[in-house]
Amino acid sequence: MKDTVEGHVTADGRTIGGMLMEMRNITLRFGGVVAIKDISFDILEGEIRAIIGPNGAGKSSMLNVISGFYHPQEGDVYFRGEKRPPMRPYQVARMGIARTFQNIALFEGMSVLDNIMTGRLTHMNSGIMAQALWWGKAQKEETENREVIEKVIDFLEIQAIRKTPVGRLPYGLKKRVELGRALAAEPKLLLLDEPMAGMNVEEKEDMSRFILDVNDEFGTTIALIEHDMGVVMDLSDRVVVMDYGKKIGDGTPDEVRNNQQVIDAYLGVSHD
Amino acid sequence: MPDQLLFAIEVTLNGLMAGVLYALVALGFVLIFKASGIFNYAQGVMALFAALTLVGIMDGQVPFASLINAVFGTEIHTFGWQVPAIIAIVLTLVVMCILAWCVQRFVMRHLVNQEPIILFMATIGLAYFMEGFGDLMWGADIKKLDVGLPQGINDTIDQVTYGWFGYGFFIDNLDIVATVIAAILVIGLMIFSQYSKQGRALRAVADDHQAALSVGISLNYIWVLVWSIAGFVALVAGIMWGTKSGVQFSLSLIALKALPVLMLGGFTSIPGAIVGGLIIGVGEKLFEFLIGPMVGGATENWFAYVLALLFLVFRPQGLFGEKIIERV
Repeated sequence: MKDTVEGHVTADGRTIGGMLMEMRNITLRFGGVVAIKDISFDILEGEIRAIIGPNGAGKSSMLNVISGFYHPQEGDVYFRGEKRPPMRPYQVARMGIARTFQNIALFEGMSVLDNIMTGRLTHMNSGIMAQALWWGKAQKEETENREVIEKVIDFLEIQAIRKTPVGRLPYGLKKRVELGRALAAEPKLLLLDEPMAGMNVEEKEDMSRFILDVNDEFGTTIALIEHDMGVVMDLSDRVVVMDYGKKIGDGTPDEVRNNQQVIDAYLGVSHD
Repeated sequence: MPDQLLFAIEVTLNGLMAGVLYALVALGFVLIFKASGIFNYAQGVMALFAALTLVGIMDGQVPFASLINAVFGTEIHTFGWQVPAIIAIVLTLVVMCILAWCVQRFVMRHLVNQEPIILFMATIGLAYFMEGFGDLMWGADIKKLDVGLPQGINDTIDQVTYGWFGYGFFIDNLDIVATVIAAILVIGLMIFSQYSKQGRALRAVADDHQAALSVGISLNYIWVLVWSIAGFVALVAGIMWGTKSGVQFSLSLIALKALPVLMLGGFTSIPGAIVGGLIIGVGEKLFEFLIGPMVGGATENWFAYVLALLFLVFRPQGLFGEKIIERV
């Protein structure tokens, strides 16, 4: 399966490259509760990878393992072929893995522009003194960062609200700003935790378009969690299906759709 | 102009300058509260500790002299040298940064995600510890602090105003210097927090821990940074108050004067700390001048607290604090 996918060109002309991330036999427990049970899967460079499953399947836990918020008791995470030691979330972010949250974690008191700016923090290397004195490298960095940020703002069509404090924005726009903050980091891997949750049809269509465009224009690898089966099947190249912490399916949307275990998990099985 | 009015103006000016010093102490509270939600009861003691350390270094005192002498039976007290003020200030700053790191590493880091009241209790403990530690390190006697700031009545202002109104204003040079330094410090801090990478990270941490982590901000680093900046502000406040009234235990009590300032200005607002400080400074001086004689004086002792109480009743978030909205 892996060999056929690796290094191929999709029907719409995107190149899918080598292995970006690999999860090997991940098990995560909270006390006696097993949230993830012995799951392995990989994410290839340039693809859109979805993780789906019913409520409580362990999808968000898996995303939190990737982004360093949770630490699995067993199993290893490989990033670009190298085993990743246990890391704090901010260290993961500095490796080039950006994320959004299911229930939006933005800096509510700051403007849209400032929020997106924070996404650039990982790209700022000038020291505290240079920053304080606004000197040399600090100044050059700021100019570069401004350019990326303008590009992101243009791309997400949020020019009109750039100075607005995020706290005042409606839900759909907040989701978009959060995506913008993650994009500003120019991540190698973008993690989206239910990017379409709580949106109306129109907002969902907008968000789908942005996700496809991010992948297409910037070549960003995306791993996303979604509830809405329809959306996922249209968006993603490959899908992992989880249920009760276990992996029950993995493959292209068509393969997954026809997988009996997946159908059972989603529609329920009659036990008579 | 009638003498009464001129006198009132002079009182107001003096009040403004006292207010700047209150604001300076309040600023230390606001910085830490904003970034970590901790009400740092030890801020006043930090000012005392900074001033003690500064005097100790300048006079070439041996730290822990009494302890060393008691253990080894020696009689050492000083190294016998004097350190220039500017070098001593830099060294004190280094000490305050080390202190910030220790507070974060040994106290606050173990209390992440605890209730605010627990964090508050921890800072009370910290205050007592630092007080005792400062005593042990530098001795408990009252010390004179002189870093070369001008002191005494400003003659120019006295003469100029005398020429204009036939009434000379008495303004202390130290108050003028304190005002200028505090203004520079506040503007500097605001620019830093608004436009620098660390400032942005600091505001981000103040707003949402999880989101801050996700964009690559190390919470520990930011908290050490905040406690260091608060240490720096404490040092400036310690220098001003220490020069004015000597370095002694009562210095730590200025923290109590910062409380009403915070209630007026709001716990989360830097401009609020400044305006609150000025209102309290001017308010208590003018109140003493106008109403004091009618009620037998000494109103400065309680005016600030009564004002704070009124604010708590009618506008609990303060003048500039974030509005408290309960969603049901």
